[in-house]
Amino acid sequence: MSKNSSYWSANLRLVAICLVIWFVVSYLFGIILVEPLNNIRIGGYKLGFWFAQQGSIYTFVALIFFYANRMGKLDRKHDVHEDDE
Amino acid sequence: MTLQTTTYLIVGFTFAIYIGIAIWARAGTTKDFYVAGGGVNPIANGMATAADWMSAASFISMAGLIAFMGYGGSVFLMGWTGGYVLLAMLLAPYLRKFGKFTVPEFIGDRYYSKAARIVAVICLIVASVTYVIGQMKGIGVAFSRFLEVDYDVGLVIGMGIVFVYAVMGGMKGITYTQIAQYCVLILAYTIPAIFISLNLTGNPIPQLGLGSTMAGTDVFLLDRLDMVLRDLGFLEYTTNVRLSTTNMFMYTLSLMIGTAGLPHVIIRFFTVPKVKDARSSAGWALVFIAILYTTAPSVAAMARLNLIETIEPAPGEYMVYEERPNWIKNWEATGLLAFEDKNGDGRIQYSADAATNEMVTVDRDIMVLANPEIAGLPNWVIALVAAGGLAAALSTAAGLLLAISSAISHDLLKGVFKPEITEQQELLASRVAMAGAILLAGYLGFNPPDFAAGTVALAFGLAASSIFPALMLGIFYKRMNKEGAIAGMVAGLGVTLLYVFQHKGIMFIQSTSYLGDMSENWFFGIEPNAFGAVGAMVNFAVAFAVSRVTAAPPQEIIDLVEHIRVPSGAGAASSH
Repeated sequence: MSKNSSYWSANLRLVAICLVIWFVVSYLFGIILVEPLNNIRIGGYKLGFWFAQQGSIYTFVALIFFYANRMGKLDRKHDVHEDDE
Repeated sequence: MTLQTTTYLIVGFTFAIYIGIAIWARAGTTKDFYVAGGGVNPIANGMATAADWMSAASFISMAGLIAFMGYGGSVFLMGWTGGYVLLAMLLAPYLRKFGKFTVPEFIGDRYYSKAARIVAVICLIVASVTYVIGQMKGIGVAFSRFLEVDYDVGLVIGMGIVFVYAVMGGMKGITYTQIAQYCVLILAYTIPAIFISLNLTGNPIPQLGLGSTMAGTDVFLLDRLDMVLRDLGFLEYTTNVRLSTTNMFMYTLSLMIGTAGLPHVIIRFFTVPKVKDARSSAGWALVFIAILYTTAPSVAAMARLNLIETIEPAPGEYMVYEERPNWIKNWEATGLLAFEDKNGDGRIQYSADAATNEMVTVDRDIMVLANPEIAGLPNWVIALVAAGGLAAALSTAAGLLLAISSAISHDLLKGVFKPEITEQQELLASRVAMAGAILLAGYLGFNPPDFAAGTVALAFGLAASSIFPALMLGIFYKRMNKEGAIAGMVAGLGVTLLYVFQHKGIMFIQSTSYLGDMSENWFFGIEPNAFGAVGAMVNFAVAFAVSRVTAAPPQEIIDLVEHIRVPSGAGAASSH
């Protein structure tokens, strides 16, 4: 059981890190801090507007693949991975 | 070739592909029917999930809504994509490891209670049926506009197509058809966007075009749009907040939690071979969704600008009504676009002031469909958009119908009332349930209740406030017991229903709204559509509190939770 519980706490740590990033790019940059960020511009985009309509979505995609990749490594490290065919 | 002939050819061709796939991918077992045999490649499953998820609302309505809401429309963009992060990290891999066919089945087993399973079935059916009405309506409208047949005829054709591939192929037929439908819908969405971006900015990539300068000038497109809107008396496009920051926050959160809790999306992750695949498949689904969702803001802003410049080609120079382009005449015929020459000068003035504004009706839903015509694109592009809208509506309708029929045949019939039926009988029952669900959806499509539009909020509110918390607590909180889960689901659901009904009327009948749709009565200024997140919080709080004062779940449930938390030892999804 202790093997699985260290796997589980490593998983929870990883999920927590990912969800913090998830919150920051959408709720923080896209909604709460949108006004100050809009003073910064990238091309024709105001930065806050860009996070709300573009940047948050790209970050979500990257986050899921990052999570899937790190979990794959955790599965092997803690020897709880599925059998290979 | 006329537009109508081209449309018949392109739509007919796509339908022939869907039927061909259905014949090739017939379901022979309940496993084929519920989870496509459990052997779907994660990338293919991601593509099917994307088509399943992106409905007529994403394809037809969303960009139009954003076009008129500006920055406030971001709630849809973030809300309908961010839910996949929750799904990938909090639900999909564990439910895949659990290895059963349906969402209520997990809830019933995890909370060792048939009552919990039945509550979950009810939530699922209400959420899915309300959602499917919108899809059937979308199918009828798209047919009647583009094939120039009656709404009813269009609806019957749509029902017939879904019937053939969904009843015959079950999840297997639906999955492979959805992959084809994804290809059709994404081409149909991006090709016009590329043309329009190229026209306006000279940049063929719409995501970059939106941040570029207008072709031949050094004025940024978004700055130009802000300026034009300011001059007409509207709020600026890029800073137009939806009601309040709190409301936008809660609206986004509701859509995210609702997305992660919608059963027809969750069951897609039962079809992949491994737990590992469930994680990456959610990522692939979001990649395919993001292609449309990052294009939509460009479509929205460019359509708004094109529309304004059609009405007001030069500052102060308004369009002469008698010289209006053909696409305007076509849409006027549907009643979705209407003008009224209030000052009698024969020209159409557009302004934020209701007293002088002469473009009196612009239905948000026409923006995407009319967009290629507004930009003067060739007929085949317009026909492709029609095929894309139909693909989006058909794929989502099929996914929802499967979720409904499996809840009836697998959860209610096999799980609760008649556990002794054989697999062949269950397969037959699921086909009959599917056919029944199509007829019900069709009936509701013929007689759409007035509340069809409002019910999308209810579908998301239900999924967010009842299903998501029960699933998440079941995985992440071992101590959660049946009393807590049931009390949480009922409380979350009750509070959400109460709030939506008290402001929008019981069953959306306006006169029964006892507090009125008055924003001063809104809880912290949160609109009813955004209330699912509050419902979910109530669910979490009640479930936690009740579970602390009632008996802990039995040891075998603790073991079950331990088991689903680790990937090793997963078999393919099965009913045993």
